[in-house]
Amino acid sequence: MGLLSDPNRRRALISMLTRLNAPICVVCYMAGVAWFMGLAFEPFTLRTYMSENAMGSTMVEERFPAGERALATGREFAAHKKKVGGMPVDWLVKTMQSQGLEVFTQRFSRTLPFPDENKERYVVEGTNVYGILRAPRAPRTEALVLSAPCSPGNNNNQAVGLLLGLSQYFRNQIYWAKDIIFLVNEHDLIGMQAWLEGYHHTNTTGMDWSPLQGRGGSIQAALSLELSSDVITSLDLVLEGLNGQLPNLDLANLFYAFCQKIGVLCTIQGKLQRDDWDTASGYSHAVQTMMLMVLKQASGRPWGDHGLFLRYHIEAASIKGINSFRQYKTDATTIGRLLEGMFRKLNNLLERLHQSYFFYLMPSLSRFVSIGYYMPAFGLLAVILLLRALDLWVQLSALPSRTEDGIADIEQVSQTHLGVLSVLTPLVISHLTGVALYTLPIRSQEMAVEHFPVFETEAVVLTAIAIYTAGLALPHNTHRLVSGEGTEQGWRVLKLVAVLYLAVLLGCTALINFSLGFILALTLVPLAAFITPHVPKLLSALFMVLLSPGCTLFFSIFFFQELQETPVNLQEGWVLFLSVISQGILDHSLYGSLVYPLVALLVYPCWLLFWNILFWK
Amino acid sequence: MAAPLTLLLVVAVTIRAALFRSSLADLIAERVEVVSPLNAWKRVVEGLALLDLGISPYSGDVFHETPLIIYLFHFLVDYAEITFMVSRKFVSSVLLESPRLCFRKQKYALEADRYPLDCLELIRSPKEMYYIPLKVAMFYLLNPFTILSCVAKSTCGLNNAVIALFILCTIKGSALLTHTLSLCLHHYPASFLFFLSFRLYIPVNIRRPSFWWYTLQYAFMYLGSLFVIICLSFFLLGTWDFLPSVYGFILSVPDLTPNIGLFWYFFAEMFEHFRLFFLCVFQINVFFYTIPLSIKLKEHPVFLIFMQLAVISIFKSYPTVGDIALYLAFLPVWSHLYRFLRNVFLVSCVLLACSALFPVLWHLWIYAGSANSNFYYAITLLFNVAQILLVSDYFYAYLRREYHLTHGLYLKRKDGSEATLVLK
Repeated sequence: MGLLSDPNRRRALISMLTRLNAPICVVCYMAGVAWFMGLAFEPFTLRTYMSENAMGSTMVEERFPAGERALATGREFAAHKKKVGGMPVDWLVKTMQSQGLEVFTQRFSRTLPFPDENKERYVVEGTNVYGILRAPRAPRTEALVLSAPCSPGNNNNQAVGLLLGLSQYFRNQIYWAKDIIFLVNEHDLIGMQAWLEGYHHTNTTGMDWSPLQGRGGSIQAALSLELSSDVITSLDLVLEGLNGQLPNLDLANLFYAFCQKIGVLCTIQGKLQRDDWDTASGYSHAVQTMMLMVLKQASGRPWGDHGLFLRYHIEAASIKGINSFRQYKTDATTIGRLLEGMFRKLNNLLERLHQSYFFYLMPSLSRFVSIGYYMPAFGLLAVILLLRALDLWVQLSALPSRTEDGIADIEQVSQTHLGVLSVLTPLVISHLTGVALYTLPIRSQEMAVEHFPVFETEAVVLTAIAIYTAGLALPHNTHRLVSGEGTEQGWRVLKLVAVLYLAVLLGCTALINFSLGFILALTLVPLAAFITPHVPKLLSALFMVLLSPGCTLFFSIFFFQELQETPVNLQEGWVLFLSVISQGILDHSLYGSLVYPLVALLVYPCWLLFWNILFWK
Repeated sequence: MAAPLTLLLVVAVTIRAALFRSSLADLIAERVEVVSPLNAWKRVVEGLALLDLGISPYSGDVFHETPLIIYLFHFLVDYAEITFMVSRKFVSSVLLESPRLCFRKQKYALEADRYPLDCLELIRSPKEMYYIPLKVAMFYLLNPFTILSCVAKSTCGLNNAVIALFILCTIKGSALLTHTLSLCLHHYPASFLFFLSFRLYIPVNIRRPSFWWYTLQYAFMYLGSLFVIICLSFFLLGTWDFLPSVYGFILSVPDLTPNIGLFWYFFAEMFEHFRLFFLCVFQINVFFYTIPLSIKLKEHPVFLIFMQLAVISIFKSYPTVGDIALYLAFLPVWSHLYRFLRNVFLVSCVLLACSALFPVLWHLWIYAGSANSNFYYAITLLFNVAQILLVSDYFYAYLRREYHLTHGLYLKRKDGSEATLVLK
């Protein structure tokens, strides 16, 4: 308690912190970035290991023989799909029933707030078909899910075929202790959302669906399969779910363990694992893999059909078959054996997967970084904000005449009172702009379509960008509203509020979605640290705009494309940028993704506060 | 003063009415930070339903309010929202009154002219005091904690109203009424009653018979009113069920629903055979500070009440943010201590961050399933540490001001250089 009660030592510490504030901040920023980059370096990461005993030591045999037959079923499915021009519901029901499953269907419909141009859909109607294999060995209180999407065109036919093949094979085994639900969902995530809401009797997004006629027990784990070719070269594991949530690491371990056992090439983020970690290229490979994960997680979108399961406390992952130009191919029987093995291990679970980590980043499939290792990187960035706040606090309290270690005077109290008023106005106005950014794009699309030659989707995105840009003109308007501001103290109080606000906001974001919090901190913290009304206006304004959340998104798109080895030029980048914004708004209204409201209602107003400080008169 | 006060009331009522009508009300009423098993409105409704059916509301382990409260709501249930609003207003009006009274003494000190000259700036001018009641009302009515607990219809609001009434009566000097009132609520307020009253009216002097006479009188009154209250409850309900269900429930802490207090995590983790021991340790914490505090602050009963309220709301078994709001409302009364506070920045940062992190970590633990109870408890712990730091800081500042009042503001060392005070 010496530090808290001894005024001399406190004063020494505080004077050191204020004197060396700028260098400490720079060092912290560097250290934060360096720490983050170091996370991908193999000696600093941990090797993955199976924590769950029920899945670790028990032996299972994989005997699935019928890969060819599954592919034939897939072709039959494709033919029926083509004939019906959508989901061949009757055929699926008949096939599953003939295998001895309990088969049910669920109809759903949903009108999107505006047309989705990527997937070309507006009014969505569809049917989910699912069959339940009842557990012969145990009370039917728990279930596992295997799902495959019924996609338009020629995609994922093999996945449905393999799903049906596995269901027939599983039906003849006697060791199942959990219900196994085989689900074929239409319209990918929308169908999945309808099915999950029906299964759990919730309705969070206002979708219309018919109630489920049959249910299994509480779902313990789910795998989603995507397979579009008869043979594959590698399997890719997708973990990132809604709002950047990840499944328990044991699920990834399980996949990795079986890939090793059966000898299938496995990737994460489409990147193979390399063992030359001590070379520069090996390290950069690991960094690329990790950065891809960070960017995908930060987007807050579900990156596969599994993404919505996580919300219901169900561990889930997507497995994608990839067919590239490699020589070595894996056939459907092997994939079937892999899935059989995974399901048999999951079948052995005695409790939910909870032993291993939920917060992690993966620089390769066999290596991971846990929360304890990556949080310091964020902490180092967040400390800068606290140091700046402390500095401002000391400046504010040092302005009036001070007595020994007692502070504050009567005049100062009245001045801060004035400060509070001049802080409140920009706060309220920038948040109102945020609310406008959140509500207006969808509300005003009809009006925009009437008056301008644009489509609905374009109208929504362009309105959003327009409001975003219009926000930049705000400081001039706020200045007119407040009469008694413009003091040196005014902006300090405002900055203190803004810096603390940003610190709390980023801290909460980083806890829920580390990647998003970190990327925002990376761009917003330097801006928050240096901005004052006295820096050169034009240059700083340019700098601030470049670091604003919208531009961060723009750069992230280029960076992401670069990492995926499909670089785009400026034109394509702009088109992608527009489509990503529309996807973000759609994800919010369809699945309840939080990134768009977070940015519109909290991050953007916070950025506007700093913009206000820059143009303080 | 009337105009800003009316404006304040209008704003406060508007905010609450808007929240009552919005969809947020249900969400807030479910938050563990806002309602505890003791004061959740859902449980009061359940108790009322049982009462209407002619079953004792305490059968079943749901309802834990005192019998008098449930009879109060028996008549008021249709006007529940209004009741809660009125109780808020009542608290604020009571709190409005009390600071005025407690400064009378200070004015005497000013006139007495017995302090060194340079201490004049330590003593508040009447102009400042004029605005303090308004500030108190503002701190209470516009505090987000109060708003949340009002919108959740937590009976904590009524509890606060009674405590505020008690404080007012104590300051005015009529002890009897208030004891009866606060007793009919929970046992925690009772802990500071006892010590408080004779500090106010009579100096402690063990040798004087009048002191003992007063103590005896007071103890008799206290026990008498306790007896009357309990008998009244018995005759209303016709069973003794309420004793274990209300007082036993508070003391033995069987409900370990997470809240912002310190109890739940410890008792959820603990081996069963240590339970009794730690129960005693934790509960003594609430009462124990009464003794040293009332010895140290025997000249300053109002500050003692503040300290007691804070200690109780930190260490009680089922705390909610409503309890915190009550003692936070007293902070403007001590605005003259501001210059001696040392950790304002730290404490306010921590309290702010914790308030934001509570819902986030709750979401991660309960809904996302990715975090666990340790995350949430860590924040609870930090929140309480910040509160303790706040309270001890005010305590230190108060003592320091007293010291300066008698020794002069600018202390000199023997060699003439400026001295600083160090707390060891």
